[in-house]
Amino acid sequence: MQQFEERPLLKVENLTKQYGPGCGECSQPGRPGLIKNYCPSCGTVYACSDVSLNVYPGEILGIVGESGSGKSTLMQCLYFDQDVTSGMLTIDDPELAGENLFDVSSQRKRYIRNHKYGMVYQNPVKGLRMDFSSISNIAEKQIAAGGRHVGKMQSAGERLLDVVSIPLFRMKEEPRNFSGGMQQRVQIAKALSNDPPILFLDEVTTGLDLSVRAAVIDLIKQIQRDLGISMIVVSHDLAVIRMLADRTLVMLNGRVIESGLTDQILEDPNHAYTQQLVYSLL
Amino acid sequence: MVMLEVKEFGKRFTSHHLNTTRKAVEGISFSLEQGGFIGIVGKSGSGKSTILKSIYRTYLPDEGEIWFDSERFGRINLLKAEERQVIWLRKHEIGYVSQFLNVMPRTTARELVEQALLGMGESPEAATIKAEQSLRHFDLDERLWDTFPNTFSGGEKLRLNIAIATVKKPRLLLLDEPTASLDYQSKLKVREVIEKLKADGTTLVGIFHDLEFMEGLCDCVYDMNEKALRGMPEVQR
Repeated sequence: MQQFEERPLLKVENLTKQYGPGCGECSQPGRPGLIKNYCPSCGTVYACSDVSLNVYPGEILGIVGESGSGKSTLMQCLYFDQDVTSGMLTIDDPELAGENLFDVSSQRKRYIRNHKYGMVYQNPVKGLRMDFSSISNIAEKQIAAGGRHVGKMQSAGERLLDVVSIPLFRMKEEPRNFSGGMQQRVQIAKALSNDPPILFLDEVTTGLDLSVRAAVIDLIKQIQRDLGISMIVVSHDLAVIRMLADRTLVMLNGRVIESGLTDQILEDPNHAYTQQLVYSLL
Repeated sequence: MVMLEVKEFGKRFTSHHLNTTRKAVEGISFSLEQGGFIGIVGKSGSGKSTILKSIYRTYLPDEGEIWFDSERFGRINLLKAEERQVIWLRKHEIGYVSQFLNVMPRTTARELVEQALLGMGESPEAATIKAEQSLRHFDLDERLWDTFPNTFSGGEKLRLNIAIATVKKPRLLLLDEPTASLDYQSKLKVREVIEKLKADGTTLVGIFHDLEFMEGLCDCVYDMNEKALRGMPEVQR
């Protein structure tokens, strides 16, 4: 059999994020004594335990799991919103080759965020400045990524707002005047404004009504198709994951308990928790 | 040339809810030449779909081997292939059609067919032309091309489904009871469609309810009861 020569764009190995000091009991390999992700003897919470994953160029990787399973913590660690306890992150990029990006300086992390990453949070308040105009929100990220030419930035920003279907006559308006769906789309436009090779989407459709959810899903798929951006999509909504992701990881208590092709996870789930999750699907 | 070879294939399902493991199928072996058409016959629940879904890797099988002659990877055991390889094969070489249409919301029939082509690297111009050819080929009413398939009839959905699966000219096409919910007239249409696919040289594995439908289409059938390939059975009228 011929090998498939393809290198992951983003590679995470054994990411662990704990809140608390840890003790002799819970530092054992496999952490046997935990109740869910909590150590009863020292009170440490393991939000993510030994999470490993690969994201390939142009791929959408789905992550599902219940509330508290560590999905968002994982995303925040990858986006450097939080420091990890241990683990390794590499990105296949000539500028970043061979480095564990969890260990680099905060200045360098900021560079990666500004030039290589886009992030869309569940709550637009986290991703947007609600009292800046929409176009300025985009400009903020463009400037952080090294943009200095006002005319160019403005036209690129207008193009992005057009991609996410925000009417240009409202681009000078502040996102706080917008509906939830519109805010989410402005956030997506902002996240794309530095042409990132990697985009993180954390529960982006949660709380949106059916038609707006469909529009956002459609937009994400279109971005993948037209721009070839690799994405990690976190959601507890299996329907969203089914539409978007080729491969999916299932998380429970901070661990990846199952991974596979998305349709295989949904139709032939193996882990008890994944089966329960699929039985709950409407 | 052998396109597909199934060797001592078996699949178990474990239910944690019931705390049981059930064998869906075991000891399945057959092979299929390029351009051939095997129909799988057997009672409901005998594991016909399990075989197709395992070839497509929707199910993760645990016994045996399923060898596929891939243009990209050479002879490859689909049960051991890496996930990314399977994704590639699904985009380019293996198609799957069931009676259900499961597609992106708010995407028109035309766009769905185009996207299948764009996904394998066709230019937008070529995708538009080929998508229209395909929709016309499978007789989908032109007035439906720019509407959303949620409100299509069963027959229309099926023809769109087949158009999406075949527009990329897969080497192997899996047909999982595509005619299950169709009336006689629509079945005749599907039959024409399959004859066209056969004429194009597509290798096919299919499951159908009625033997009559398969008569003259399949080269031979795999009987789940006898676990063997045999010629088309006589249809009793």
